[in-house]
Amino acid sequence: MTWTWFHRLGSPPYVYALAARLTPWLAWPAALLMIGGLWGGLVLAPPDYQQGDGFRIIYVHAPSAWMSLMVYTTMGLAAAVGLIWRIKVAHALAASCAPVGASFTLAALVTGALWGEPMWGTYWEWDPRLTSELVLLFLYLGYMGLRAGIEDLQRADRASALLAVVGVVNVPIIHYSVTWWNSLHQAPSVMRLGKPSMPGSMLAPLLMMLAGFTLLFGALLLVRLRAEVLNRERAASWIREELGT
Amino acid sequence: MSLDAARLALTRDLHLAFRKRGQLVQPLAFFAIVTVLFPLSSSPELAQLRRVAPGALWVGALLASLLALEFLFRDDAYDGTLEQYALSGRSLTGLVFAKTAAHWLLTGLPLSLMAPLAALSLGAPPRSVPGILAAVGVGSVALSLIGSVGAALTLGIKRSGALLSLLTLPLSLPVLIFGARATELAIHGASLLAPLELLAALAVLALTLAPLAAAAAVRISLE
Repeated sequence: MTWTWFHRLGSPPYVYALAARLTPWLAWPAALLMIGGLWGGLVLAPPDYQQGDGFRIIYVHAPSAWMSLMVYTTMGLAAAVGLIWRIKVAHALAASCAPVGASFTLAALVTGALWGEPMWGTYWEWDPRLTSELVLLFLYLGYMGLRAGIEDLQRADRASALLAVVGVVNVPIIHYSVTWWNSLHQAPSVMRLGKPSMPGSMLAPLLMMLAGFTLLFGALLLVRLRAEVLNRERAASWIREELGT
Repeated sequence: MSLDAARLALTRDLHLAFRKRGQLVQPLAFFAIVTVLFPLSSSPELAQLRRVAPGALWVGALLASLLALEFLFRDDAYDGTLEQYALSGRSLTGLVFAKTAAHWLLTGLPLSLMAPLAALSLGAPPRSVPGILAAVGVGSVALSLIGSVGAALTLGIKRSGALLSLLTLPLSLPVLIFGARATELAIHGASLLAPLELLAALAVLALTLAPLAAAAAVRISLE
């Protein structure tokens, strides 16, 4: 088995060109899936018998919440790769993940609050999932804060990578302790949205939105990665050739 | 060999700390002041205080241990001791662990001894003292270890206090949750074995992983 493909992924010019080539292949399917999912979810799907039209926010909320965790895991993996094999591109990838992930987390929190107002009668409930989502936002902010705080780029990369790995180990612990904490204080009154009994006309758009959000993240990540690589390699000669200046 | 080095590092840190007794008392005074804030800001009724006591106690302990964390590595990083540790050929993990152990002996242990007093002043019954002592004692071990990672990561940063809290507090939440729960059960006279065991599990997990992560972070900060 040859590892050349892996070694090539460590080369900034190669990754820069590859990211440019791949971006449209992710961005267009993402756009189509999201348009289709939104059309299916907001127009075609029937209103919920309990929540009426209010449930439709799930088509943004659930994919955002899903992405918030997936992006953190991706960030942790990229950080670990960068830390172990000292690959600069992996650090650039991890650094590009954080703002995207924090935005998804914020979106999940805001849509959750907007959904909570008509359903629970309050914008904020100390529901275990909302709470651990909020903690996740703090983890993202801490990561970005640490990066911003260290001036030397290489040290910022390695220190923040270590933090991301520590965070990935801790996310499940935090999640389960928050769930446990909450079950002591209130009965599980939170409505369980749909898993067993969601009809296909509601579920299909949700799955489309999930796939669309995942691809959207991929596209955003590649764009950010190119910007990050450009910034890091701004003194390199291949950049001048690439940009034709 | 590494064990000897770690023991020397531990005694050195304890000696240094006892030369500066003023600094030693600061986290304790801070903890006492935070405890005073709660009756003053809510109500002096003991029945009501008893309900907020677990939360007040743990928020106070968490903040006090956080306050002391800034000094865990800082002086040794400034005067080059940490660099010598890293170059000494001894296990840096062991040395960092020794420093963390000294930190716990100097802040965590006194805090856990003081916590029952604070709890009594907040209306906890005397029979809850052993439970609270155990809960804060075990929990503060985990807090010191988790904090050592954060302190090592923020070593090279000026005015790192707020950032250190932002890094450390989310990771400390499980300790806070189980600690406060154990304290609550102790105050009500119920068995606090379940949360205490979870606290101990967190402490053991931190004991195994945190020194490795903190040593790696110290190396990164020294690069």
